[in-house]
Amino acid sequence: MALISVKVVERPRRTFAMQIYLVEVWKGLAITFRHLFVNLYRHLLRRPNASVTIQYPEDPAVLGRRARTRHRLLKRDDGAPRCTACLLCETICPAKCIRITAENAPDVRVEKRAKTFSIDLGMCVYCGYCVEACPVDAIHMDADDVATSRYSRKDMIWNMAELMGDKPKLPSSSTAD
Amino acid sequence: MAKKVKFKLDGREIEADEGRLVIDAAKDAGVDIPHYCYHPALGNPGNCRMCIVEVAGAPKPQVSCRTGVREGLDVKTSTDAVKRAQASALELHLVNHPLDCPVCDQSGECGLQNYYMEIGQYQSAVREDKQHKDKRIEAGPHVMLDQERCILCTRCTRFVDNVTQTHELGVFRRGHAERIELTPGLILDNAYSGNVVDICPVGALTDRDFRYKVRVWYLDQTDSICPGCARGCNISVHTNTKRPWHNDGKRVARLKPRHNHEVNGYWMCDEGRYATGSLDVGRLGRVLRLTPQKQDVSWDAAASEIGAKLRDGGVAFVASGMLSNEDWAAAKELFAGAKFYFSAEPDQVGEEDALLRRREKVPNLKGAQALGLVSGSFDELAKDLESGKVRALYVVERDLAKIWGAERARALLSKAALRVFQGPNKVELSESYDFRLPATAYVEEEGHFTNFEGKVQAYAKALEPIGEARPDWDIFALIAKAKSGAAAEVAA
Repeated sequence: MALISVKVVERPRRTFAMQIYLVEVWKGLAITFRHLFVNLYRHLLRRPNASVTIQYPEDPAVLGRRARTRHRLLKRDDGAPRCTACLLCETICPAKCIRITAENAPDVRVEKRAKTFSIDLGMCVYCGYCVEACPVDAIHMDADDVATSRYSRKDMIWNMAELMGDKPKLPSSSTAD
Repeated sequence: MAKKVKFKLDGREIEADEGRLVIDAAKDAGVDIPHYCYHPALGNPGNCRMCIVEVAGAPKPQVSCRTGVREGLDVKTSTDAVKRAQASALELHLVNHPLDCPVCDQSGECGLQNYYMEIGQYQSAVREDKQHKDKRIEAGPHVMLDQERCILCTRCTRFVDNVTQTHELGVFRRGHAERIELTPGLILDNAYSGNVVDICPVGALTDRDFRYKVRVWYLDQTDSICPGCARGCNISVHTNTKRPWHNDGKRVARLKPRHNHEVNGYWMCDEGRYATGSLDVGRLGRVLRLTPQKQDVSWDAAASEIGAKLRDGGVAFVASGMLSNEDWAAAKELFAGAKFYFSAEPDQVGEEDALLRRREKVPNLKGAQALGLVSGSFDELAKDLESGKVRALYVVERDLAKIWGAERARALLSKAALRVFQGPNKVELSESYDFRLPATAYVEEEGHFTNFEGKVQAYAKALEPIGEARPDWDIFALIAKAKSGAAAEVAA
């Protein structure tokens, strides 16, 4: 049996200044006002790093160049999906939100292709492992689409045509689960 | 008895029979030497050069599948020289291998992958273009051949030459163009063709039935016994339950043979291997009373009604060798005094051969005989039903339409006052009974089968039962309890 060594940690003691709270409240307010005046100063000098409020969703979201957004399935030059249904993305997916079934590809050299491919965005944790695992660069997370919310769980599931952009994913009017 | 000698394996002193192959002796001692071409049942051509070991005194490394054990032999299996030799052998195996692991069905259980992870030379020195050969050749009804993935270990050709002696596969052409091909005019269609998939160490031969259904790393394995015939081949049941959308929604993905020297060796027949269709299709899941009208009943209600009627006598028990030893013992108790009918009629006999397949296509007739049960003839049963001597008919997993013909069976069934059908699957006349009881299939229960030689073998539970299904012995025990309870009430 392994011996467990115990380290006793003393609780931090609360001083009088902490207990009356007012000191901490003033410190917080100082930070708030510092932000207000610094930002006001930047706006007055028309500096580019001045903070603004974006009117999302009326205005489009501003995304970083490397932001991981909704998945996209890529195509070959001839328009066929790149995916070979190897199931590595389904295997690595920690949220188990990818479901693929495979079939013979018409081209013998391609061997295998996806019969069905779906991603449940309601379960996806946007970790990007599927992109890392893909050996044929068939899946990217760069659709620059963050408005994936729907009124039902079922509508959160995207099929192959929708992920390839062949068919638009229409927001469903149904509110039933 | 061969003479026992002592030899050294990686510095350990080990005793083995003189002349035994070093690779076998090492395996007995718990050391697995990598190999592709060597197979205990198929000989040792020594062409893959993977089982290389260092032998003290020999000028060059030796192949352990062609070196016999002798007194004082000093073998080293994991020195740097051995690892280097194996890494370069692997490099040569991969010269023309397409490395399409992501789309290959073998990946996850592939010899090339496994040994490469262990001893591979990750930076290959080969700069030549790969030779392209034919892919996706339908070698036979069950086997798909991919010549590019082949490493020419010749296990499959040795199998069709030596085990089935049907010679459908051979090595054709020479040098870089060398490949496994079908013998002109033949297709790989023998009773044991599925075994070439098992022995293929790479993805050159894959199972057409299993191809692309589910990746092997999602499968669970359970030790079982094939119920396909009286041989009782040892198998392992590969089930897909974690991701039900694969394998077309079926739970049993495939059956593979398990090595048992005394029963089936390393093989199993195609008939048994591909007999998984009934495990997930056409299953009975609810306890039903079919007369006067169809309705769901509880197990207890059905048991007490059947039990009370069985007490009146005139009972005939029709079963098949699908029952386990445990089921037979429970049936013997419940149907004491009744007549048993379980012989293999034309519905349960088929082809047999010298290798594995037996004429009786049920696994456990011997178990019933061992309990002292004797089967009456079905002609006699027909006569007794006709004359009204048999008033209660209890049928387990047997299709009477296949024995008597649908019309005659229906007419005979209508004579009995109580008709019970019990089994895992629907049969042709399963609507013509009074009660229909769902039983578990062999993958959903545990038990023992006694094979035709009298060997008792255990099989384990791989899956949960469907619906309300129960093991046969459990149903018999439930009814027996109801029957004796009913008897006690009358006595009081």
